[in-house]
Amino acid sequence: MSTGTSSVAAPVTRAASGVHHRARLRRVRRPSLLRGFVWLYLLWSLVPVALAILFSFNSGSSVTEWQGFSLRWYTGDPYYSVLHDPALHDAVIQTLRLAVLTTLVAVPVGVLFAIGVNRWRSRQASAWTFLMLLAFVMPELIFGVGIFLLLTNLLTFVRLGTTAQFLALVAWNISWPAIIVRARLASIGGDYEEAAMDLGASSLGAVRRVLLPMLFPAVFASTVLVFAGVVDDFVIVDLLSSNAQSQPMSVIIYTLGAHGGSAAAPALNALATVMFVMSIATVAIGWFVYRWLTRGEKGGSALSLGPLTGS
Amino acid sequence: MLAADAGLSRSKTSARGPRWLWPSLAMPGALWLAVLFLLPFYVALAVAGGTVNPLFFSPEPVWNPLSWRSVYLGQVWSDLFGAHAYLGQTVLRTLAYVVIASAICLLIAYPVAYFVARQSRHKGMYLVALVAPFWVSYMMRMLAWQNLLQNGGLVNHILTATRLITEPVSWLSGNPVTVVLGLVYGYVPYLIIVLYAGLDRIDQALLEAARDLGLGRIRTFLHVTLPLSRQVIYAGALITALPMAGDFYTNTMLSGVPTTTMIGNVISNSLSTPGQSGDGAVLVLFLLLALLAPMVWYVRSSSRAGTAGELL
Repeated sequence: MSTGTSSVAAPVTRAASGVHHRARLRRVRRPSLLRGFVWLYLLWSLVPVALAILFSFNSGSSVTEWQGFSLRWYTGDPYYSVLHDPALHDAVIQTLRLAVLTTLVAVPVGVLFAIGVNRWRSRQASAWTFLMLLAFVMPELIFGVGIFLLLTNLLTFVRLGTTAQFLALVAWNISWPAIIVRARLASIGGDYEEAAMDLGASSLGAVRRVLLPMLFPAVFASTVLVFAGVVDDFVIVDLLSSNAQSQPMSVIIYTLGAHGGSAAAPALNALATVMFVMSIATVAIGWFVYRWLTRGEKGGSALSLGPLTGS
Repeated sequence: MLAADAGLSRSKTSARGPRWLWPSLAMPGALWLAVLFLLPFYVALAVAGGTVNPLFFSPEPVWNPLSWRSVYLGQVWSDLFGAHAYLGQTVLRTLAYVVIASAICLLIAYPVAYFVARQSRHKGMYLVALVAPFWVSYMMRMLAWQNLLQNGGLVNHILTATRLITEPVSWLSGNPVTVVLGLVYGYVPYLIIVLYAGLDRIDQALLEAARDLGLGRIRTFLHVTLPLSRQVIYAGALITALPMAGDFYTNTMLSGVPTTTMIGNVISNSLSTPGQSGDGAVLVLFLLLALLAPMVWYVRSSSRAGTAGELL
């Protein structure tokens, strides 16, 4: 793990990793103080979560004292385990339902929005783009309260609950695919489509046959982001949930965990761990597929990490 | 760089194809945003300018802007600035928490992002570690601290064992330090990623030039790296401070006591209290008004930087 700071990589490795311009800077000895700080930060950021996961396997009901390994809080306990407590496993199902529905709608809508706005040269197009970006930076509380007021006062035919959560989550998540695809469109440029149309494709045909396949990695990356984002979402689903059935995992952890130590505290840790495994699995699968899709492209891993981190 | 070329070729393409095609592709998304993002602000205004139903305590929105009343506005105004101004204090507290937490976030995030951006060999590994908390649900991360900070929790154990404190500190009942640290813990990964993206983009040749011209490491940093990263520092601080300003869950998970209430708590509580959603609407509009300028600045500066995705 620890790297010899003074060691200089062989020229071959440098060229292979494609960072030769950076390797020249390496003659500068990096201060170990900074390295220590980074490691401290990493410990501080990761250890609490690791401990929370560990204590979800505790056989006792403490989240601070280790009493032996068990799956009690996942499957064993007849009342409080994630499997047997109806509130907890309903929450898992509700989270999955919302994540799948939202992803299925938000990604296509966002992608089409990005393509349409990119090619539609007018004042209106930039106004819509501005609106989309504004929605992206809007604090979720303002966004969620707005939709709450809309659905309870004007569009009252939409009841609070799954439908409301779904509509709001799609609106909240359109920005991800739109922004990522917009960036990708800018780097693809118009030449490929131009060529397709010179060869006789219609403009819609060029989009479908040429542009969409090229956009596929970006579309895929935003699918992963939206799915994991909905799994993690809290504010919107909390404000718009109507009863226990429409409370996904994040809301359950919040409502049961808000004032500390219930009898089934480790069960909440277990639920949170299930949630964690779901997003990590999504991201891990996503990352490998993305790497595979963009294989052979310039930039390698750094580029493929970009869209996933949103950077 | 690429964006410039793309801009040129794009203008050629968009002349092609039927005129209705591109707007109709954008339309579903645009409509969705119009109905569920733009329209809510009008509804919030109508609720804020309306009255309350005396029988059911439900809000009675007034849809015509000409007959908007100032019942709720007056109420909130007196809560904010009047004799019993309990809200004024909450606003100041929120501001203080957000400013302090953002400052700590920057102090942590900049060195970390700087270090990783300058890494050449183990960059991938560091990046994975930095991105990891990004994928752990926010609630889980708060729950993790809740476990650690309990009266009999690990933090108190360690502190008493090392004799830093003599008896357990009650971290979880209205301790402002806990709330601020919770905010820092929650939002710092986002800031690191934004700063990393910015610092990684700085042209290495400039740094080498500075050093070839005889600048020391510290002066290279002060005169080259820091000025070049100013824009991304602003952007990053903003992208973390904005959600913090609307945060209420960190507070509830780690304190839940009125002495640390933030404006987000007041707003989210007002929605579930009968007869108070008008106050909530006024407060949300106030919050929007206060944050609109920085949000617009952010959107415009990220559009100017080429693609928004690059700055995010």
